[in-house]
Amino acid sequence: MALLEVENIHSFYGHIQALRGVSLTVEEGEVVTLIGSNGAGKTTTLRSIHGVLPPKQGRVVFDGEEIQGTPAHDMISKGIAQSPEGRKIFSRMTVRENLEMGAYHRTDDIREDMDRVFDLFPRLKERIKQEAGTMSGGEQQMLAIGRALMSRPKLLLLDEPSMGLAPVLVERIFQIIQEINKQGTTILLVEQNANVALEIATRGYVLETGAVVNSAPAEKLRQDPKVREAYLGEI
Amino acid sequence: MTTGDATKTLSGALLEGLRHSSWQSRLAVAVVALMLALLLVQAVQDPGQFTSQLLIGLTNGAIIALIALGYTLVYGIIELINFAHGDNFMIGSFVGLTVLSGTLFGLGLFAPISGDSGTIIKVAGVLIALVVAMAACGLLNVGIERIAYKPLRNSPRLAVLITAIGMSFILQNVGLVWKGPAQVPFPDLISSANILPGDAIVFRWKDLFVLAVTIPLLVGLSYFIKNTKQGKAMRAVAQDKEAAAMVGINVNRTISVTFLLGGILAGASGVMYGLFNGITVFNVGFTQGLYAFTAAVLGGIGNLSGAVVGGLLIGIIGSMADQYVGVRWTSIVIFAVLVLVLVFRPTGLLGDRSATQGGGSGRA
Repeated sequence: MALLEVENIHSFYGHIQALRGVSLTVEEGEVVTLIGSNGAGKTTTLRSIHGVLPPKQGRVVFDGEEIQGTPAHDMISKGIAQSPEGRKIFSRMTVRENLEMGAYHRTDDIREDMDRVFDLFPRLKERIKQEAGTMSGGEQQMLAIGRALMSRPKLLLLDEPSMGLAPVLVERIFQIIQEINKQGTTILLVEQNANVALEIATRGYVLETGAVVNSAPAEKLRQDPKVREAYLGEI
Repeated sequence: MTTGDATKTLSGALLEGLRHSSWQSRLAVAVVALMLALLLVQAVQDPGQFTSQLLIGLTNGAIIALIALGYTLVYGIIELINFAHGDNFMIGSFVGLTVLSGTLFGLGLFAPISGDSGTIIKVAGVLIALVVAMAACGLLNVGIERIAYKPLRNSPRLAVLITAIGMSFILQNVGLVWKGPAQVPFPDLISSANILPGDAIVFRWKDLFVLAVTIPLLVGLSYFIKNTKQGKAMRAVAQDKEAAAMVGINVNRTISVTFLLGGILAGASGVMYGLFNGITVFNVGFTQGLYAFTAAVLGGIGNLSGAVVGGLLIGIIGSMADQYVGVRWTSIVIFAVLVLVLVFRPTGLLGDRSATQGGGSGRA
C-alpha cells in the first residue's frame, strides 16, 4: 500500500477552483516530484494534502488512514511535515528556537534530531544563536528543511526549495534532499526548476491548470519531448 | 525591560530627528527640552516633593502598564486593537469589589471586608479578590474572543475593530446595570500611611502594594513568553500562523491563551486600581483603557517591553503634570507627548512588535 494516496481532490480559493481532480500516489521511500508552470496548482496540492487548504472533494489517504479534513496542526503527529513555499521560518526567533518549534508536538528528547539536522546543514550549527530573519536566503531554506525534519516525518513535503537560490546552492540543497531520502524519509517535492527535480526524483507528475496531465518515472519524463519543451527549457 | 533602555532609545530618536530636522521637529525638541528643564528646576527646589511625585507616577504607571500589556499582546498576535480591553479592566474592578463586599454571586459568603477587619482577613480578602478577578477577566476575555472575534478571523480588519468597539459598549452597559451610574466606593483596606520615615518623601503602603503585585506578574509573563512551550507557540503564531500550524501548533488555542493572559493582567489591574484609588465606576475602563492604549502605542504596539515602558512613562508624565502643570492639563500633556514621540518614531519608542516576536530589548 502506498504511503500517500491522493484521490481526485478538488480545492478552492474562495470561489476560484484551484485543483480539478488531482490524483497521485507516493510509495514509501520514493522522491516524487510535481512539476508545472506558475499557477498550475503545485503548491495548492501540497496545501490540500497538509490540511492548510482542506479539499472540498476527494480523499487523501496517508498510511492507511483518511486524513482530508484533519486540521493542519494535527498532521505533524500523523507524520507529515512541510518546508513551505517562501520558507516561512520564524524570523524573530533564533535558529535553535526554530528547530525546537519544529519538534513542538514531541515530548521526548530532541537533541539527537538536532544533531542530525546539524550534520546535514553544518552551517546552521554555526548560526545556532542567530535570529533566523537575519540569515541569507540559502541558510533560511536550510532552516526551513531542518525545522520540518525535527518532527521525524514519514513524509516530507518540500515546496520550491530552490527558489531564489544561486545555482551552486541549489545543487547543494538537492544533494542534501537526496541524503535525507536515503536516511529513510519519503519526499513529495514541488519544484519550478524541473531539471534538478527530475534528476533526484523517482517519479514525477506534470500539473497543468489544476489537473495532472502526465505522470511517469522521472527518467521517462526527462526524455518526453513535450516536457522538455515546456519545462526543461529546450526547444 | 528597563526604563534605561527607553531613555537611550528616546535620546537616540531625538538625535536622529534633529539630524534630518525640519523646523517642526526642532520646535518639538525645544518644547521637550524646556519641559525637562522646568522639571529639573522643580526637582532641585523641592527634591522630596519631586521624588514623591515620581513614586506616585510609577505606581499609576504600573496599573496602566498591566492594561497596556493586554492591548499589546492581542495586537501582537492578531493585529487587533481590542477596544473592549479597558472595559474588561472595569469588570475586573467590579468583580474584586464584589468579592470584598462578600456578595459574590449573591451568596453572602462572608461578611464584607472593611478597613476595620483584622490584618489576616484583609490580606486574604485582597488576595482572593485578586485571584477571582484575574480568573474572571481572563475567562471573559477568552469568551469575548470566541464569540465576537473568532468568527471574523478571515474578515476585513475593520469588521473586527468595529466589533471590538461594540463589545466595549456591551461591557460598559453590563457595568452600568451591575453597579449603577455613580462612582462606587472600594473598601479602604490598604493603609495610606507613609512607609518611609519622616515626611520628606512619601511612599505609601498602597504604592508598595501595587508594585508588589505588578512586578511578579511582569516577571511571570516575561518568563512565560520567553521560556515556556506555550509562550514560544505564542511568538510563533504572532510571526506566521500558517507555519505555526504546520509545526503542530493549534493556532486558535494559542490565540485563546493570549486573550487569557491579557485578561488576567487586566483583572489584577482592575482590583489594584480600586484599592489604590478607593473608587471605581462603570466607565473607568474607557479613561484608563485610553491611557493604556496610548501607553502601548507610545512604547511600540505589539512590543511587550514597550507596553511596560510606555505605561510607566505615562504614569510619571501624568503625575508630574498633576503636580507642576495642573490637573486640568494632565490629559493634554500626556497626549502631546504621544504626538511628539510619534512624530519622531511612528513605531513607538521601542519600535515594532519585536518583543512578542522574540526580539526586543528584553532578550539581547
